[in-house]
Amino acid sequence: MFEDFFDVVKKRFNGGADEEYKPPMFKCPRCQDLSPLSRYEELHRVCPKCNYHGRLNAQERLSITVDKDSFREFDADMKSGNPIDFPEYMEKQEQLRETTGLNDAVVTGTATIKGSPVVIGVMDSRYMMGSMGSVVGEKITKAFEYATENNMAVIMFTASGGARMQEGIVSLMQMAKTSGAVKLHSDNGGLYITVLTDPTTGGVTASFASLGDIIIAEPKVLIGFAGRRVIEGTIKQRLPEDFQLAEFMHEKGFVDMIVERRKMRSTLSHLLKLHGYDKKEV
Amino acid sequence: MDEKRSAWERLQLVHTKGRPTVRDYIPLIFTDFYELHGDRHYGDDMAILGGIGRLDGRPVTIIGQVKGRDLNENKACNFAMPHPEGYRKALRLAKQAEKFHRPVICFIDTPGAFCGIAAEERGIGEAIAKNLAEFMTLRTPIISIVLGEGGSGGALALGVCDDLAILENAQYSVLSPRGFASILWKDASREQEASEIMRITAEDMVSLGVAEAVIEEPLGGAHNDLDKISENIKEYLSQKIPEKCEKDIDVLLKERYTKFRKIGEFLD
Repeated sequence: MFEDFFDVVKKRFNGGADEEYKPPMFKCPRCQDLSPLSRYEELHRVCPKCNYHGRLNAQERLSITVDKDSFREFDADMKSGNPIDFPEYMEKQEQLRETTGLNDAVVTGTATIKGSPVVIGVMDSRYMMGSMGSVVGEKITKAFEYATENNMAVIMFTASGGARMQEGIVSLMQMAKTSGAVKLHSDNGGLYITVLTDPTTGGVTASFASLGDIIIAEPKVLIGFAGRRVIEGTIKQRLPEDFQLAEFMHEKGFVDMIVERRKMRSTLSHLLKLHGYDKKEV
Repeated sequence: MDEKRSAWERLQLVHTKGRPTVRDYIPLIFTDFYELHGDRHYGDDMAILGGIGRLDGRPVTIIGQVKGRDLNENKACNFAMPHPEGYRKALRLAKQAEKFHRPVICFIDTPGAFCGIAAEERGIGEAIAKNLAEFMTLRTPIISIVLGEGGSGGALALGVCDDLAILENAQYSVLSPRGFASILWKDASREQEASEIMRITAEDMVSLGVAEAVIEEPLGGAHNDLDKISENIKEYLSQKIPEKCEKDIDVLLKERYTKFRKIGEFLD
């Protein structure tokens, strides 16, 4: 109503109906429908029409997940070397550091969620498709080791294209390294919750992302091991639209629950408390 | 040992018809081999074989990816590209080995896990992840040997071990050079170029801390002398298995974790 009123004022002010005010719009990549961008942002990047959950960067994710000012980052300055001397790898990363403000594809640290202390990791797909190389592997491993030592729960928000090709076999080994750290945390009785976000694929799916005690996914996100095009190339046929979506993986028994973004924080808080993590101090 | 071949030349050798497979090696290295089948959940994946036998009289569990020696065999074993049930069979047999205090010997020889609908539906990602986690704390020695192709997570799922050896001409890589070229340069035909920069050779694995040993192949490659290459593999195992079995298991597990823990290059 108020918007309508202002629209009328604007139209008059602008001298008539010809130059109608057009708010910036969001076109949903899934349903193709248009909604006001402000509404999409207000819903933390969820399409108001079809519930499509758009990608968030690590900072945005943390800000809607953890208690205000509670996040303490681990290894903020860690940067990768060039283990197989891959051409232009370092230059590419320098550029990405400038454009994203990140040093690599995961941010880890401690925080509280409605008072419950937790070790949290958030992957950021803007940085080389969230791929896992030495830094992602090391930061995740260290986060689990910290949680094991301090008897804390771990929550990982995954978003990754898989292993980082530019680090060759060294990136493959990060799968073993992170999975080993998850196992030691688990053997110590620690709770590990994975939240699969768009996209979670390849070597990340085949390592720590699939090892949560509880595996949550956001609606309709892509979850899989092999890429869609690779599979289509192998089987020489088109895949169904819903193949490898969260709902598909839920139906097949690989996802415990699909949780909408607006309910994520309270769901995580309840799960932490159900496992007794409300009383412990960081 | 031959003069050093390029990664590309070795890749050709690995794909030479007649390159020995795990089924060729088993009768020449082990005695009393009994193959065991199935993952007890879904089925029996012929891309991974498993069983029990003896190495120098000592009972061991043997797990390996199976390449076919002709088209029919390859159809049966899906060109050594396992489905989730293959990895779950491997895990079942590894757990069985732990129970009966037998060391585990894994033979890696796969282009990668199978990329198809059924593999995704049955959770290929979860199956690989589970093996990585469980093998890391398996309370019995594990030795893995890369025989030919060690491709991607599908290879690594049999590669969490105390010591890894690799045959002289074998390769171990994050993805096949073809897949690598296709992903990074959107051009699969740059396969050769990819193979040369990816660092996939046996020596690369040792220098990157991924493998502990290189097993020498006969002149011209493993296919030229099956007896000789089997003897070389057996010699390696006959030395390593008793050495690992003598170690305190908690020390062994700590060393296994550390082996992977320290791989990576970064600046704090």
